[in-house]
Amino acid sequence: MKAAVIVFPGSNCDRDVAVALQASMGAKPLMVWHRDTQLPDLDLIVVPGGFSYGDYLRCGAMAAHSPIMREVKAKADQGTRVLGICNGFQILTETGLLPGVLMRNKDLKFICKDVHLRVESDQTDFCRQYQAGQTVRFPIAHAEGNYFADPETFKAMEGNGQIAFRYCSSLGEVTDGANPNGSLSNVAGVYNARHNVLGLMPHPERLAEDLLGGSDGKAMFDSLVEALS
Amino acid sequence: MSQITPEIIPSHGIKPDEYAKILEILGREPNLTELGIFSVMWSEHCSYKSSKKWLKTLPTKAPWVICGPGENAGIIDIGDGDAIVFKMESHNHPSFIEPYQGAATGVGGILRDVFTMGARPIANMNALRFGDPSHPKTRHLVAGVVAGIGGYGNCVGVPTVGGETNFHSSYNGNILVNAMTVGLARKDNIFYSAAAGVGNPVVYFGSKTGRDGIHGATMASAEFDEKSEEKRPTVQVGDPFTEKLLIEACLELMATDAIVAIQDMGAAGLTSSSFEMASKGGLGIEMDLDAVPMREEGMTAYEIMLSESQERMLMVLKPGREAEAKAIMDKWELDFAVVGTLTDSGRMVLKRHGAVVADLPIDPLALASPEYDRPWVAPAKRAVIDAKEVKAVCPAEALKTLVACPDLASRRWIYQQYDHMVMGDTVLRPGGDAAVVRIHGTTKAVAITTDVTPRYVLADAYEGGRQAVAEAYRNLSAVGALPMAITDNLNFGNPEKPEIMGQIVEAIRGMGQACRELDFPVVSGNVSLYNETQGTAIQPTPAVGGVGLLEDVTKSVSVPFREEGSNIVLIGETKGWLGASLYLREICGSEEGAPPPVALHRERRAGELVRQLIGDGMVLACHDVSDGGLLVAVAEMSMASAKHLGAQLDAPSSLPLHAWCFGEDQGRYVLEVSDGDLASVLEEAQEHDTAVRVIGKTGGHVISVGGRAVRVDELFAANEAWLPAFMGAEMSGH
Repeated sequence: MKAAVIVFPGSNCDRDVAVALQASMGAKPLMVWHRDTQLPDLDLIVVPGGFSYGDYLRCGAMAAHSPIMREVKAKADQGTRVLGICNGFQILTETGLLPGVLMRNKDLKFICKDVHLRVESDQTDFCRQYQAGQTVRFPIAHAEGNYFADPETFKAMEGNGQIAFRYCSSLGEVTDGANPNGSLSNVAGVYNARHNVLGLMPHPERLAEDLLGGSDGKAMFDSLVEALS
Repeated sequence: MSQITPEIIPSHGIKPDEYAKILEILGREPNLTELGIFSVMWSEHCSYKSSKKWLKTLPTKAPWVICGPGENAGIIDIGDGDAIVFKMESHNHPSFIEPYQGAATGVGGILRDVFTMGARPIANMNALRFGDPSHPKTRHLVAGVVAGIGGYGNCVGVPTVGGETNFHSSYNGNILVNAMTVGLARKDNIFYSAAAGVGNPVVYFGSKTGRDGIHGATMASAEFDEKSEEKRPTVQVGDPFTEKLLIEACLELMATDAIVAIQDMGAAGLTSSSFEMASKGGLGIEMDLDAVPMREEGMTAYEIMLSESQERMLMVLKPGREAEAKAIMDKWELDFAVVGTLTDSGRMVLKRHGAVVADLPIDPLALASPEYDRPWVAPAKRAVIDAKEVKAVCPAEALKTLVACPDLASRRWIYQQYDHMVMGDTVLRPGGDAAVVRIHGTTKAVAITTDVTPRYVLADAYEGGRQAVAEAYRNLSAVGALPMAITDNLNFGNPEKPEIMGQIVEAIRGMGQACRELDFPVVSGNVSLYNETQGTAIQPTPAVGGVGLLEDVTKSVSVPFREEGSNIVLIGETKGWLGASLYLREICGSEEGAPPPVALHRERRAGELVRQLIGDGMVLACHDVSDGGLLVAVAEMSMASAKHLGAQLDAPSSLPLHAWCFGEDQGRYVLEVSDGDLASVLEEAQEHDTAVRVIGKTGGHVISVGGRAVRVDELFAANEAWLPAFMGAEMSGH
């Protein structure tokens, strides 16, 4: 698998996801600077977490207009897999690669903690090593992760299997109490209609090694390697 | 006509005798710019004039110390060519006036101190003190400070991995915000601040200079009064995004060999950075202020020199390397300007609009600034309290009260607002004795803690100073790390009062003794004085930031009980010391009594024993015994365990039960040990000549002692509830 990680000024999870990718694919991903305009032939593009452009204006809004994102969009349209984590998810919604928006958390605070997620589908390149309905533990670290889409869009997304993860209790129950940020229908991550683009607020790369407290995130990178190698 | 009127001198915080000295140094009257420069350079904040004499007594050397106090931060050698760079610094006064920006820029400032030396910041910590929870400002200050620390650290992408928070009415008018940064550098690529090479270019880079923060250092060197709110314009405004760019740009430039010397612009901005660099190098600087990148038009030389705009750096480059350095700054979209040249004059010559606007000798303002031997009186000794005279309360009831009191309640509400996992190396997260952060790409790790017990220091500054260092030593040992060195942040009241000066002198004496006996030198630090409002001083708060090393991170242990039916082992002696304890304060409503004494030789032996046991894999869980005593420590181990494992304890009959449960005797640890390892643990303890006692077993879901019991769930709920309820937030599960 050939992978690239896009680096914006203010990205700060670029190294973390590169480490997790390398552990699964055995080689370092290509690090691509935001001012670049061309990408080589790739199987996977990762838009990492952080505070691109300081989150000024609106999270992800400025990064969405950077030179490299035009190329990312073109590649995604051709079917290249794109993974956006946290700020990367915000950038992908701002770019229009993913439906919906990410608003301020319902209690208006930044939240950093482990959450449980229900894997909604195992039929994608990102999740083939999980099982649908499985409960996994990933950390979140964001102030703007409150997902929203208009009812019509959301209904279509649900019908098309575009909900990737939902916040749930440790027992797998999707409840209001398990929703950390007020997201519509506990949504933590979504796919585009073709299922080649995934955005999620939780950080799989942060729990991809037992020493750091768990490794539920590793299966996502392993899935991609299995699917794309 | 003279610009200096009789009103201007005191408004710059300059005393009459200091002004006389300025006249003597210059042989003439200063102009306003020069007076402004003297005022910030001679401020307590920049000059350490009241504390210098005593700071010099602290031990600062050890074979593993690469750089001690005097530079931007201290540096220790952790082997394999790696070095750890760290320091703690206060941002107390600004945080009280404008909590979000005050705390945020405190984090920004300490980060710069560390990456200025060539280190990538890998962890932030903070030590916070707020007023009584019932004080009308406390909630607002907690919310603002926590949001400010998070807002800055989260954006910069450095994990905030731990710290401490206390509440006490003595901080009602002066909160304390002490921020610490730990960075990782290569030993052969460290950068210092001493200017060198006459003719070399002096370069400014980072953000533009604006009118914010003018006279912050002077503000931080005076008591507050009812008009302090009016000082809000002296608080700086932070931009963590620019700081992140600055970190990456600095580290990229540092990978070349273009830099001769580098210094961040902290308190007193361009003034202190330029004077300190020149003074350390024994050189002069000629600077053209017109070249300084400015945010607004019409700034005067006075404003440019005294601005505390954030995210700015000053460096000396090798000749001819300007274009290379500028290209890196352009990539990161940062300002870059050659603003001056090094000279051999020993003077700072500043030009604005073509004219000389200041011409000052450097040394009297920097390395040779005033030093005072202020009068001091030793604080009166307090009586030792006999535990038998202290009211005995049902231990289960007292425990419920204690775990929910403001000083012991869970800090989850705070640390969940800090990104404590970014960078992917946080092995032990906030909430334990010490945070553990892996050295990226290795199996080594650093352990980090911040400690001081201000009520002990108030009760006996010498013992309290010793205790602060000993507790840091203990917290590092409790995760299995070898304590290496400390940074200190000395927060006190007005040093012009002999009783406050006495606290400073005695606390430093105690800290120095503990550092010497524990081989735990001081490598950096900061002093914050005048923490008084309308004559009322804070509890003396010499915060200690300790750093330790784990050679094998997989061997570290943490607080949660792990298994049913294992042995609970107490290391160290218990005499039931209740003076100045939380039990006395929270249950009996008294803050009286002498604090528990620290026996440093026993402290050291106990630490060595615990580290050896952890290293040998004989410890399932470990927690030091501190605030609240033994029963609180055990309860914390139960509450931290995922299954809320209980503990059945056997109290000895030789002590009153409440004294055994809640005495704050020092030098103690609680270990969880399996049956199979118990005999070896007891044997090792004997060999280390350290008191040891099996005090009970883990199991069930209650904590029982002396025939009384309380459910762990109930304790957990009480412990978790206080802070969110106080802050008016809901609990959000997990």
